[in-house]
Amino acid sequence: MATTDYAAMSPDEHTTTGLPNTKLAMWLFLASECLLFGALITTYVLYRGASLEPPYPHDIFDIPYTSVSSFVLLASSLTMVLSLVAAEKRDYARMRIWLLTTAFLGLSFVGGQVYEFTTFYDEGLSISTNLFGTTFYVLTGFHGAHVTVGILMLLSLVGMSWNGRMPDDAAFPVEMVGLYWHFVDIVWIVIFAVVYLIPTPNPA
Amino acid sequence: MASVSVPAPGGGILRRPTATTGFWSWFTTVDHKKIGLLYGVTSFVFFLIGGLEALLIRAQLYQPNGTVLNEAQYNQIFTMHGLTMVFLFVMPMSAAFFNYLIPLMIGARDVAFPRLNAFSFWAFILGGLFLYSSWFLGGAPNGGWFGYPPNSVTDPSIGMTFYALGLLITGVASTAGAVNLAVTIINMRAPGMSLFRTPVFVWMGLVVQFLLAFSLPIITVGLFQLLFDRRWDTAFYDPVRGGDPILWQHLFWLFGHPEVYILVLPAFGIISEIIPVFSRKPLFGYQFVVFSGIAIGFIGFGVWAHHMFAAGLGPVANTAFGVSTAIIAIPTGVKIFNWMATMYGGDLRFGSPMLFSVGTVTMFVIGGLSGVTHSVVPSDYQQTDTYYIVAHFHYVLFGGAIFGLFAGMYFWWPKVFGRMLNERAGKIHFWIMIVGFNLTFGPMHVLGLGGMIRRSATYPEGLGLTGWNQISSVGSFMIGLAVLVFIVNAIASFRRPKGLENEDPWDARTIEWTTSCPPPEHNFDEIPVITSVDEFWHRKYAVDKEGRPVRVPAGAAPAQEEAHGPAHAIHLPSPSYWPLVATIGLPIIGYGVLYSWWLVGAGAVVLLVGLYGWALEPSVAE
Amino acid sequence: MRKRLLWVLAFAALTLLLGACSGDLPQNTFDPAGPTAQKQKDLLMPVLWVAAAVFVLVEGGIVLIALKYRHRKGGDDRLPPQVHGNTRLEIGWTIAPAVVLAFVMVPTVGMIWELAERPADAMHITVKGYQWWWGFEYTDPDMVVSYGQGGPIVVADTMVVPAGRTVDLSIESAGGLVGGDDPDFRVAHSFWAPRLFGKQDAMPGRTNHIVFAADEPGTYWGQCAEFCGLQHARMRFRIVALDEADWRAWVENEKQPAVEPTDPLAKQGMDLFLNGVSGGGQCTACHSVGGTNATSPAGPNLTHFAAPEHECFAGCNWDTTDVEALRAWLHDPPGVKYGSKMPNYNLTDDEIDALTAYLLSLT
Repeated sequence: MATTDYAAMSPDEHTTTGLPNTKLAMWLFLASECLLFGALITTYVLYRGASLEPPYPHDIFDIPYTSVSSFVLLASSLTMVLSLVAAEKRDYARMRIWLLTTAFLGLSFVGGQVYEFTTFYDEGLSISTNLFGTTFYVLTGFHGAHVTVGILMLLSLVGMSWNGRMPDDAAFPVEMVGLYWHFVDIVWIVIFAVVYLIPTPNPA
Repeated sequence: MASVSVPAPGGGILRRPTATTGFWSWFTTVDHKKIGLLYGVTSFVFFLIGGLEALLIRAQLYQPNGTVLNEAQYNQIFTMHGLTMVFLFVMPMSAAFFNYLIPLMIGARDVAFPRLNAFSFWAFILGGLFLYSSWFLGGAPNGGWFGYPPNSVTDPSIGMTFYALGLLITGVASTAGAVNLAVTIINMRAPGMSLFRTPVFVWMGLVVQFLLAFSLPIITVGLFQLLFDRRWDTAFYDPVRGGDPILWQHLFWLFGHPEVYILVLPAFGIISEIIPVFSRKPLFGYQFVVFSGIAIGFIGFGVWAHHMFAAGLGPVANTAFGVSTAIIAIPTGVKIFNWMATMYGGDLRFGSPMLFSVGTVTMFVIGGLSGVTHSVVPSDYQQTDTYYIVAHFHYVLFGGAIFGLFAGMYFWWPKVFGRMLNERAGKIHFWIMIVGFNLTFGPMHVLGLGGMIRRSATYPEGLGLTGWNQISSVGSFMIGLAVLVFIVNAIASFRRPKGLENEDPWDARTIEWTTSCPPPEHNFDEIPVITSVDEFWHRKYAVDKEGRPVRVPAGAAPAQEEAHGPAHAIHLPSPSYWPLVATIGLPIIGYGVLYSWWLVGAGAVVLLVGLYGWALEPSVAE
Repeated sequence: MRKRLLWVLAFAALTLLLGACSGDLPQNTFDPAGPTAQKQKDLLMPVLWVAAAVFVLVEGGIVLIALKYRHRKGGDDRLPPQVHGNTRLEIGWTIAPAVVLAFVMVPTVGMIWELAERPADAMHITVKGYQWWWGFEYTDPDMVVSYGQGGPIVVADTMVVPAGRTVDLSIESAGGLVGGDDPDFRVAHSFWAPRLFGKQDAMPGRTNHIVFAADEPGTYWGQCAEFCGLQHARMRFRIVALDEADWRAWVENEKQPAVEPTDPLAKQGMDLFLNGVSGGGQCTACHSVGGTNATSPAGPNLTHFAAPEHECFAGCNWDTTDVEALRAWLHDPPGVKYGSKMPNYNLTDDEIDALTAYLLSLT
């Protein structure tokens, strides 16, 4: 079985802060991602209400639909936690089930977004129609891309676990992917609130 | 003693590389020292290319209505000069220093993520090559390094698409590097090395990594928006559809201003190590130098719109940013005074590293003072977008950052290469360079306030600008000559046999000098235990009756030191080709965005394959 | 050796400073010709002196330290006192610069607000930046022309103002309906006449303002100062300030439609201008001449092209009195100004003769 050195590259496996290197790295990376999404969300907010022609947000948003989709993503954070609990108990079969569930829920979310986008497109909102189309698709598209990467990581964990290629401390990589997954989920909460829920008055 | 890595099962090309020497080992190395060298050599080549671009600019501007370059060529040359110097020289050369030295300075054997380190280097060089391939594929970026829309969106040449994609690729490299080095510095210091026993160079490195991690995402968003506007007709910066080109300026400078501290803080860290060594006394006000570096990092995020004083943000914004810009002068001044105080009362030796360090301080002071004049907002309405600004930033970036980098090269050359650079040639290099530098950029202060706009392919007769432009152009060729002297010096040093009689030639203060020159692959036989700042110095010198340090005679027991734990085999991370494989996917994706979705797919596959191979492979081969 | 170097540097610095103060540079910020530029310079000068003083103290200090403490052979080889720091000094040299900066920033902030004021009784001109020339529209109600729809007086390349009068400029970026198409070529520019005022950007989608006055009659040069593409270097303009009498005469003339040419060659030129040239080009696609059916706003307004105050053309790179330059321009605009949006219409020499005569008749 592979012994991947997750804890530290230092031969003493001792880190100055006590936090494993990978965990510290993941937190730093997520902090950096906060600024990425911050800039995207700021762009959206700055251009709110600035579109010169329709469609406008409340012409085409289907809030109930997106609420369901959001709930699905939120539920996936729960299943992510459950997979971590299983991993910590070394119940790897259960861990894989919960990881797969998380991936499936994530996939449903992304699928739901694809459906939503095609509907909007059919209703006349493309990425170049107006500022709303531009900022909406790019912001939610970046988020969706992050979810997709997360799904790939989840499936990789499942695959590695199946093939016996997880390290002894399997809970650790699950925890790391979990950090990323929860982050992506929190970003969605912000996006959902800012983009969908907060009303944008249609221009006169 | 490095462990021997055994190849994984499976044969042929796919076998994990094992060699740590030889030509091919450079492509699979994960050793921070080799990666540092790769960064150093590559960035120096880009320095020469950027320098040639500068000489072309100065040749064109030697006289009014110059004909060396036409306007289309000029716009590409000045854009690439800026991009090359900032992204392909100063940043990666700083990375070279960080990569090579930080583990050695903190008593570690490598960085936190050695394969990620290799990934960063390959992403950098492939990003740079991608950017330069634009010359052959329709035209280099021509919208300035700052790429303001709408011009950068509507310009019909393909160049600015290469700009966006190229910088996105190198941005990936720098972000990965930032996370890597930050974790290394925070988490892998030797026992006893508390934060305030950490060398200032390492501290500045830490601040730089945080600046990178927090500023790069912002320009990433801006670049994607620019790319999407150009490629897929989005409306981000399109005034016709209500977009605001000023949004780009905000996003760019939210990155761009921290960026200039990213460019200069490494040099500040370097000279903070050199000046004490050559003054034979400790850095004055260590804690204040550290704190001021942190302060500069923080405040650096609060001054960005001083690049936009003439954009019409309004008096409230202009007031706020004028004041914050004035404030950031304070911690910078603190550093300068501390360097001066370090020299004061010292026993100053003016070897090449010290000459360049003092050059850094003196030239940066000039740039800093002109910077303070920029904070006088109404006067900045006259200064901005003129050669006065060009003068300012060359004084701080060339005079500050580049002189500092040269200081570091002279200082650590023996450590890295096991050979000394010739001192006399170093002095010649310095004096020609500082005279040439001041001849080139000094007159630009006058030119700017005398009415010469910047980013201008030529200037008319009758404005009285010719004389100073000619002096400036002559100066620039002097700089070129100085660089040649350095290159000859560098090449000549390799003609000498490797190996130093004295492996501590400068009588230095920090622990990288406890290793051989060059250090072994594993850096330290035993991880050192740290008991003070300037640990190495305190091992060499005890205090005499009058309180003055005296050299501990050779052979005397060094400061209390116990082997840390039982001796054990040293496991070094093994070489790997996966980082290189993964990075190759990035420019393929880039070309795909330009030409074909299939290429995007292919590039993504290569990237994913690389990442999977990397993830599934153990860091130390068993 | 080092002392000699100091003298050389001091001399060089003095020369530089003097060079900046010389008065014969048409775009010299140190030679203000109006209150706005004067205030901007007056704010800078004390700061420059402070900076010079700091320069002398700091750089001089470094040089003195370098000289005084340099290692001398045969000296005491013991290490110098290993001073680690001095908190009082640190506080001192943190507070002292802060105090100096505060002194600098107070008048600075005051001036930011003062320069943002827009007096109600100012004259109003809208400045429009195109690629690569400047257009000026006089938007006050007493500045309408007597022909056509009665719009504002519109000129290009040269902005005429009454000396001594406060002018409120609205700076905008404009795009041309180039060649009849509608790609919007609005890019960012910046309007800068150094002897009269510091610059403000011409940003598509917003209007910035500059308030200024020219103290004395005269010609003041300016340039675009924000990179705007190929011919950023040749997007120049002039501000011509006139005394009261000349100003009124200029305004009256501008209100009139274009002079009807009497010279046969100029008549021929007008015919070519209005009805098209042999190569198929249509001047009226982009240019307007008051009182004719040439009304396109895409290119420079030519109504009073040859008026004496209209000193320059084509981005103000050539004088309107320079007939050779005018002929060369008509012959091949991109040839003399690379990338120019006015195409080469393959005019014959006769056509150039006629058109030149026509343009020079438009006083």
